[in-house]
This record gives sequence, structure tokens and C-alpha cells, in this order.
Amino acid sequence: MSIVVVDNVRKSFAANEVLKGVSLTVERGQVVALVGRSGSGKSTLLRCLNGLEVIDGGRIEVAGHPMDYHPAKLRALRQDVGIVFQSFNLFPHLSVGENIMLAPGLVKGCARLEARKLAEQVLARIGLLEKIDAYPDSLSGGQQQRVAIARSLAMQPRVMLFDEVTSALDPELTEEVLAVVEQLARDGMTMLLVTHEMTFARRVADMTVFMNQGRIWESGESERIFRQPQTPEFRQFLSSTLK
Amino acid sequence: MAFELQFAPVVADAPILLHGFWLTIKLSVSAICLGGSIGLLAATARSMAPRRYQWPVDLYVELIRNTPFLVQLYIIFFGLPALGIRMSAEYAGLLAMTINLGAYTTEIFRAGIESIHRSQIEAGLSLALTRRQVFQHVVLKPAVARVWPSLVSQFILIMLASSVCSFISVEELSGAAALIQSDTFRSLEVYILVTVLYLLLALAFKIALSFLGRWLLPGAAGRARVTSGGKTGETPRS
Amino acid sequence: MIRSFGVDEILFLLQSTGWTLVLTITASLLGGILALGVALARISTHSVAREIARVYIAIVQGVPVLMVLFLSFYGLAHAGLELPPIIAASIALSIYASAYLGDIWRGAIESVPRQQWEASASLALTRRQQYRYVILPQSVKIALPPTVGFLVQLVKNTSIVSIVSVVELTRAGQLINNVTFQPFKVFVAVAVIYLAICYPMSRASRRLEERFRVYRGG
Repeated sequence: MSIVVVDNVRKSFAANEVLKGVSLTVERGQVVALVGRSGSGKSTLLRCLNGLEVIDGGRIEVAGHPMDYHPAKLRALRQDVGIVFQSFNLFPHLSVGENIMLAPGLVKGCARLEARKLAEQVLARIGLLEKIDAYPDSLSGGQQQRVAIARSLAMQPRVMLFDEVTSALDPELTEEVLAVVEQLARDGMTMLLVTHEMTFARRVADMTVFMNQGRIWESGESERIFRQPQTPEFRQFLSSTLK
Repeated sequence: MAFELQFAPVVADAPILLHGFWLTIKLSVSAICLGGSIGLLAATARSMAPRRYQWPVDLYVELIRNTPFLVQLYIIFFGLPALGIRMSAEYAGLLAMTINLGAYTTEIFRAGIESIHRSQIEAGLSLALTRRQVFQHVVLKPAVARVWPSLVSQFILIMLASSVCSFISVEELSGAAALIQSDTFRSLEVYILVTVLYLLLALAFKIALSFLGRWLLPGAAGRARVTSGGKTGETPRS
Repeated sequence: MIRSFGVDEILFLLQSTGWTLVLTITASLLGGILALGVALARISTHSVAREIARVYIAIVQGVPVLMVLFLSFYGLAHAGLELPPIIAASIALSIYASAYLGDIWRGAIESVPRQQWEASASLALTRRQQYRYVILPQSVKIALPPTVGFLVQLVKNTSIVSIVSVVELTRAGQLINNVTFQPFKVFVAVAVIYLAICYPMSRASRRLEERFRVYRGG
């Protein structure tokens, strides 16, 4: 049973149809890169997977949860599906540790001590344990993004979504974040990444999906499709991004 | 130009002034607590309500903010007895101040709540928090921290507005001044003194309330800058 | 003899509203001229002028309007000037307006981005030229919404001068109440008239603010 099932999904924003019938399956432990130009629909597709966007047609099932926009069902889904945003979205009024402990405490009823230990664990995993009591505004962009990843990890999701998580970072800080993402992939996390980092996608992703004009234009094993792009659009996209 | 000022007769009536000073403080602090609570509740209720049901709060705010406090006071003190509700001048004053402040604080809290970027809420929801949990932990605290300075200004304004209660013979600071003035005929002297007292009160309130803000919301104020950062701060649609 | 609250009474209220508007406009104009001076002093290069303006604003903003009124009223009387109450009231409201508007306009001038100062200085403009051709024109747009917002406050605060027997709208309401003994009807009518004046201005202020925010791309 695939852990992510996207079946003929359609989505429009007002008069603009952004997803024109997208179908995709992801197996457990797979790492999928979603690439394409701005406006191709890739971020929208990602946001549909945890219910931040409501689909207009088709079917989605993630981690055994059929997409159901009833609040309680959505929350159940979101416990198993984590997301990391381009703009990190850390809670500025909470320390790093508190950011991470908030959801486990409120959603899973974790006791404070237990939650703190969990926070220490995930922070150690991404290499920022010493920052546990620091506030987001004292961290660099790369550190904030890694904390955002840790915050998501603390909920022990079965699938993680990454929405252009390095696009808002200065180039020097991109490496540290990509290193964390790669480590998670090696540890067996099922991941979908919307990314512009082509070399990273080629190296880390099992499957790459190229989206264009709201459809999946080309997809397949990363190494193969990067070496032998089948469609002219994908070829053009690759040549313009891999300058 | 005979510019002689005689403060002595005024000072002789100091007890009246002190009583008035104290009453001003009591009225203001009570109105701040009650009015502030109303504002928080109303703004919260409005934020959580669907758009169709937001109008009662909006109506309340617009009615109060577009009519003079004095008229509101007269309606409460003179108008309500005609409908069978009687109260002392002091309570009428307190009620008017509370209702008035409530509307302004509702507006301030509403602005604070709406200033919390959508991405913060999305982050909270994506962590499987309920809407209520998101509101309480992600929206409310930084919102209040962000608007605290505006709240302090508004609280000081209502303290100054208490002077209008003298129009219905409440013996707060301005009322005390009116009494002393009719007693001693030293009008200018009284009002100079009372003006200085108001200035001191305004300063004291400002300092006390700023400390209160820092004590209630430690660190949150400075941090209430959006840490949804990086270059764009917006989740793109692609 | 108790009169009933009818058309005549409402007409009297509306007439007195005229005085409310006269007071507002006078205070806006007089206060506005003063405010310009206060604002420019507040940001001037001379530290003495800056301090005086700052203290002036702080004092007026730290006391009730009632005190400004009484100090003006009794201060003028003490100085030997026996002015009709409405003049004293206008002066008081102008002082009140000058401090608040001065503070608002100072804020607007300071909101003009630093780069505008740098660019105009790089073109060798004098300070006066910078103000006149580059800074002030841009600060007007920024100042518009809060200025309109303050005018609403001004209209409402004209009610305070009722204490010195100026027959503006609130005082008219009191007078009518004294002969009709219908306080609820009378003061609600008074409130409605204030609403009719203030609500459109409040909305205009909000619209202006929104439009301005769109321009700034915020």
C-alpha cells in the first residue's frame, strides 16, 4: 500500500486552474523531488497533501488517512504528516525548545519532562542542542530552518513535506539545511520535496517529478530522468537551472 | 497686567484635592481592568466568529468611537433612570469609562490579532493543533505583546477622560478642582495645580503600565517581530 | 412647564451643531498652522527648539482637554482679557489640536524613507529645498489618515466646551433636556448627530490608510 496516493487531483484559485488532474503515488521510505518553474503547481500540490489547500476534484490519501476536511480528521492526518515551510514560521515568542515542545504537549498530551527530552533528542539529531533555550531571533536563517525541521520531527510524522526550504536562505546557509534533509532521507523518512536544488534532488531523491502548467510532465527515477530528459520542456528547464 | 497668583487658599483645601486624586486613580484602575477585559473578550469572540456574526462587536466599536464620551456619560447617568435603572454618579462614571475603554481596546486587540501573519497560523495548524490552541498559544500572546504600547496610551487616555465625570458632579480630581474653585475663587491657581497633578498621574501610569507589560509578557514584546523570515516571508504559490 | 421633544427641539440641536462645526474648523485651521510649527521644531536641527516642542507635546498630551480649556479660559481672564467663551474655547481647542497634529505630522515626516534624504542631499539641495520639494510632499500622503482620524477626536472633544456655556451640540442637548425631561431621547438624538458627522470621517480615514498601504506595497 502506497503511503501517499494522489489521484487525478484538480485545484483552482478563482479562475486560475493550478492543478489540472495530477496523479502520483509514493512508497514508504521513498524520497520524491518535485521540480518545475514558478506557477507549475508544485507548491500547491504539496500544500494539498496536508490539507492547507482544499482540492476541487480527485482524491488524496496520506499515511492511511483519506483526505477529509473535517477538523478532527485533518488534525489526525497532520499528526502523521509534517511540513517545513520556506519561511520557517517559527513562533517568535517561544524559545527553540518551547517551539518544539508545543505541539507534542497540546496535541499528544506529552508531559513537560517527556516533551523536553523529546526536544533535546530531535535537536541533537540536527545538531542544535545548545540552542534549546535560545529565541528564534537570535538564530541564523539556516539554524531557524533546522529548528523548524526539528519541530516537525518531534511529532514523529510518517511523511514529511518540504516546501522550498532553502529558497529563502543565503547560499552559505543552504548547505547545513540540505545536510539535515539528506540525513533524514538516509534514516528512511518518506519525503516529498519541492526544491530548486537540482543537484541535491538528483543525488538524494529516489524519484523526481517535473511539473509544468499544472500537470505532471515527466517523472521517474531521478538519475535516469536527469541524464535522459524525455520532453523538450524538461530539457529546457534543466538547462536553464543547471547553468 | 496683574499676574499675582495666590496658591495658599488652594493648598488649604488639600484634603479635597487628595480625595479627588485618589478617586481618579480608583476609577481609572477599575475601568482599565474591566474595559481591558471586555476588549480582549470582544476581540477574541470577533476573531473566532464567522464573518456574518462579527457585526455586533463592530457596531459596538463604531457607536462608541464616533460619539463623545460626555454624551455617553449623559445617556448613562440621565438616560438610564428614565428606563428605570438608577445609579450613583460614581458608578455611572465608571460604567461609562468601562464601556468607552472597552470599545477602544477591542479595536486595539483586533488589530493585534490580525497582525499575526497567516503563516504562523498555518504552522500551528500543520502541527495538528486545534484552532483554539493555535489562537491561544500562537496568536494571542504575541498579539497582546505587540499592541501593549497602544494599550498603555489608551489606558492613559481613559484616565484623562475621567475628568469629564466632573460634569455629573463626581468628585474626582477635576470635580475637586471645581469645588475648591467655587470655594476660594482662585480659579487659575487651582487648575494649574490640578494640571500638574494630572501630568504626574499620566507619567506614573505610563511607567507602571510599561513595567506591567514587561512583567506579564516577558521577552514576547521584543520578539513579536515576525520570525517567518528569510528573504520573502511569503509562501509562494507555485 | 414641560415641553415635548419634537421637531423644534431637533432643529435647535441641528442649529447648535453648526457651532460644533465652527469650533472644529477654527481649531483645525488655527491648530494646524501651529502644528506645522510644532512639527518642524520637533525635528529641527536646533536642540532647544526640539526640546521645547517635545515638552509642549508631552504636556498637552498628558492632561485632559478640560484642563487645557480651563487654563486657557481662566488664564486669559487673569491676564485681563475678557473674551467671549467661544473664543476662549476655540483657542483652547487650537492648542489641543496643535500638539496632537504636530506629533502626528512629525511622525509622518520621520516616516519618509531615509533614502529620500540621501538622494536629495546628493543632488546638492539645501535643507529647505529638501523639505519643500522632496520630503514634505511625501509626508502629506503618510499624514492624511491619522490626521482625519484626529479630526474625529476634535469633533468629539468640542463637547467639552459645553462647560463654559458655549451652545454647541452637547450643551444644546442639556438645555433641551432641562425643559423636556426626556434625557434618553434627547441624548440619543445628540449621539446620532455626532455619529452622522464622525462615522463618515472615520471610514474615510480607514480607506485612506488602506489605499496608502497598497501604494507602499506592504
